[in-house]
Amino acid sequence: MEIAEELARQQKAISVAEFFEKNRQILGFDSAPRALITCVKEAVDNSLDACEDAGILPDIFVQIKRDGDLFTVIEEDNGPGIVREEVPKVFAKLLYGSRFHCLRQSRGQQGIGISAGVLYSQLTSGKPTRITSKIGPGRPATYLEVMINTAKNEPEILVEGEIEWERARGTRVEMEMEGSYVRSRRQSVYSYLKNVATVNPHARITLVEPDGTIEVFERAVETLPKKAFEIQPHPHGMELGGLIKFLRYTERKKLRAFLKETFSAIGNITAQEICQISGLDGDLPPQEIGHEQAKRLLSAFKAVKVKSPPIDCLSPIGESLLRAGLVKEYRLDFLATATRPVAVYSGNPFLVEVCLAHGGELSSEGRVEILRFANRVPLIYQQGACAIAHAIEGITWKNYSLSQPGGGLPVGPAVILVHVASTNIPFTSESKDAIADMPEILGEIDLALKEVGRKLRRYLSRQSALSERREKEEIIGKILPRISRKLAEILEMQEPEIGPVVAKIMGNVLICRHVIRENGLTSVRIDVENHGDLSRTFKLHDLLGQEAISVDPPARKAQIKDGYDYNWKLALKSGERATICYKIPTDDAPFSAPIVEGLSEEMVTGAKVILS
Amino acid sequence: MSESAERMIAGAAEEKIMGLARSLYSQFQDGIVPHITLPTRTKANIEYNKDEEVWVYGSQETLRSVKTVRGAKSLLKTVHLADLLIKEHLRNNRGSTLREIYYISENWDIAKFNEQSESDRLIEDLEIVTSLQREDFHVRPEEDGAAIFGPLHIREKTRRGERDIHCQDEVGEAGYQIPFNVDNIEFLGSDARMVMAVETGGMYARLIENGFDEEYDAILVHLKGQPARSTRRLIRRLNAELGLPVTVFTDGDPWSYRIFASVAYGAIKSAHLSEHLVTPTAKFLGVQPSDIVDYDLSTDKLTDKDLQALRSELSDPRFNSDYWKRQIQLQIDLKRKAEQQAFAGKGLDFVTKEYLPARLGELGLT
Repeated sequence: MEIAEELARQQKAISVAEFFEKNRQILGFDSAPRALITCVKEAVDNSLDACEDAGILPDIFVQIKRDGDLFTVIEEDNGPGIVREEVPKVFAKLLYGSRFHCLRQSRGQQGIGISAGVLYSQLTSGKPTRITSKIGPGRPATYLEVMINTAKNEPEILVEGEIEWERARGTRVEMEMEGSYVRSRRQSVYSYLKNVATVNPHARITLVEPDGTIEVFERAVETLPKKAFEIQPHPHGMELGGLIKFLRYTERKKLRAFLKETFSAIGNITAQEICQISGLDGDLPPQEIGHEQAKRLLSAFKAVKVKSPPIDCLSPIGESLLRAGLVKEYRLDFLATATRPVAVYSGNPFLVEVCLAHGGELSSEGRVEILRFANRVPLIYQQGACAIAHAIEGITWKNYSLSQPGGGLPVGPAVILVHVASTNIPFTSESKDAIADMPEILGEIDLALKEVGRKLRRYLSRQSALSERREKEEIIGKILPRISRKLAEILEMQEPEIGPVVAKIMGNVLICRHVIRENGLTSVRIDVENHGDLSRTFKLHDLLGQEAISVDPPARKAQIKDGYDYNWKLALKSGERATICYKIPTDDAPFSAPIVEGLSEEMVTGAKVILS
Repeated sequence: MSESAERMIAGAAEEKIMGLARSLYSQFQDGIVPHITLPTRTKANIEYNKDEEVWVYGSQETLRSVKTVRGAKSLLKTVHLADLLIKEHLRNNRGSTLREIYYISENWDIAKFNEQSESDRLIEDLEIVTSLQREDFHVRPEEDGAAIFGPLHIREKTRRGERDIHCQDEVGEAGYQIPFNVDNIEFLGSDARMVMAVETGGMYARLIENGFDEEYDAILVHLKGQPARSTRRLIRRLNAELGLPVTVFTDGDPWSYRIFASVAYGAIKSAHLSEHLVTPTAKFLGVQPSDIVDYDLSTDKLTDKDLQALRSELSDPRFNSDYWKRQIQLQIDLKRKAEQQAFAGKGLDFVTKEYLPARLGELGLT
């Protein structure tokens, strides 16, 4: 026998289940605490998807029980339930699912998640997974105990029966496994569910921890997110292999019709245009198109202008829900959100939402907190490998008023939440921990971050203007009066007038009346000086009991009750000064404070202010 | 000094502080934002005064005005301090230590000093503004225990009468303790030929034990690290009034060169008083970096901070001489430093029998 034939006899097919049995880290079961989180995550993802599909506001219950080294994870929802025939396959067959062939945003994609949990549970505890499901009120609930036959990747049913269950409908999973329960760390069941609640404010999630502590993440809104619709692939970013596959297996007889029916955003006109550019006859049967022609077709895809993919295949969280979700879980001073329009990478539509929260009770020590989400699922491991972290690190945060010592993530009291929604999220691995660095996705995250960054910068500069104002108020309100009092004590003189200095510090318009009474005549001089940075135009009124003489500059005069209103229209540039003089032919004329019209009160020192 | 003369000096000091208060008062009245200007107290703003042969502040000025909360608070503290000095100190002939002033400010509400260095700095500011010394305001430092030992006969005016003391024959082994106000000392006579200022207590005691003061007719001054103003003032007076040459004997590291610099060139913090405190003709005796090589002394490695300090000295105008540039560069290359005590490794008498005679010879002092 030839060596090659000898070797060929040793070759045999490997079941997926066997493969994952040996490579559990790929699916996120590489450590004891993580395995527990992954099981909860897979079960909760399925429940949320199922509830949303069925139009039910999710009410999810998670309980972790501890018994020696083994943990029991119980997860229960109020979803539509699963029919008896499907239950074994859904839970105990890998790569069985409803979403893999479907271009629509959903949490689960491959149909691996929960069955991997079942597999992990049977590997570490040797026990089957217990499932209860009920599809409607008045019907009995199905109860099954299943395991996976790893050699065949087929479910094995150990116990089957019908039981009474108080819920109207829903599904309950109970698995036993090795694990480790941590609470305080960022990577924990508790913080995972908290993050889920942040971006799913329509869900109520209850967690019962091993020590009996009950945490309820309450629902913040009563409406379901907009439903995502299934779509066809988009021509932009189509790859050659994919196109050739589509061409070969289509049922269409003509290229033009194939283009129109297979891809989204291609109509009659665009199909015709593509045929023209690629030099292919629109009536050609797609199956006869060769490698070279397919290449030309692909470059024609890139050359034509087509509409963005329809956005209804994606379900963004939306600004108001993002806001509601974050405000529910954090105390904040400032929050800005940005939602980018739908974009495309490799033919897959995606969109990016970003939320930046600042201040409040967030810690100003250390790097900012980053919350990453892909299709509303929190990502908690491998932050450093994720496109979201890379996009954040790629921004010069100094331009947006956050410090960034030594590059990397910025420092300050902020939380940055990034949600990437797509019909197909490009994860770096099957454990779905990190989004791959697709240039289109990095670019969109970058733009969204800069948008919220600009809002943050504006907010912080307004804050610093306010604090500058407060600082000045402290100077004039508390410190200056004390200095002048103490100086008066030392020198045993009257306290000096601090008004002029106050006007200078505040950048105000200062009005100062000097009066000399002699020889039966009262001479008045009013100095007006603009200490501000801007020009000021306003009217100055002086109410006098009798008529004045030698008025310079001339004033408008109006007779009022008990006297006259003299007024001057003044326009003073920054730093400019005006002097008004007049005389009154008695030496005991009384004065009230001058009145300014046309400036706000805090811009004036030494006069009353009236609204114009 | 007679009592009336003392009152006159107090009156003059009060008048100067009042002058500062009056100028702030009239700034208020004239609508000028109240402020004081002070020379900038950094390395970059000291320059050599050829007439006095000392380093003084240059022309850069810092403005302290009430436009900022910091400036306003600082001026508020200044007027509180002025009030204290006039009403408590000068008019009642009382005094406080720097530390006490920090505690007195407890009652000043928002004008309270946050730490003692802040009140110390403001008192230095007042010295600059009034061209007086803190002793004139009856402000004194805590006694730091610096001492002298040698053939010097003095008369000190104490609060309990005058005392005549011979600083070699009539004092204990620790020497005569330098009072905070050196101007209360009168020199009655001296047989000394030189003054040697010594950084460490260990070396000071070694020189006394070995009888160096008798053999060389030297007045030994214990600097106790970075010398207090009173110590520097005393060295200056011994040099200026008795015509004694001064040498400074320290460890061989960058911090010790700064000790020498403050004796011979003046300190950056107190450059406004350089003419009272500095002895421009003082010579650096050692330990020189070149001694490390010549005498093969046992050494320690320079730390990063030491190296940083050495580099900073290369850009310090006070060390801008061929001698210092050569020595500092040599030390940076050696990456080693040596203590005064390193000479003990060659025998307890080595420093007094070999090293010091050789160095004094090089400096032309034997």
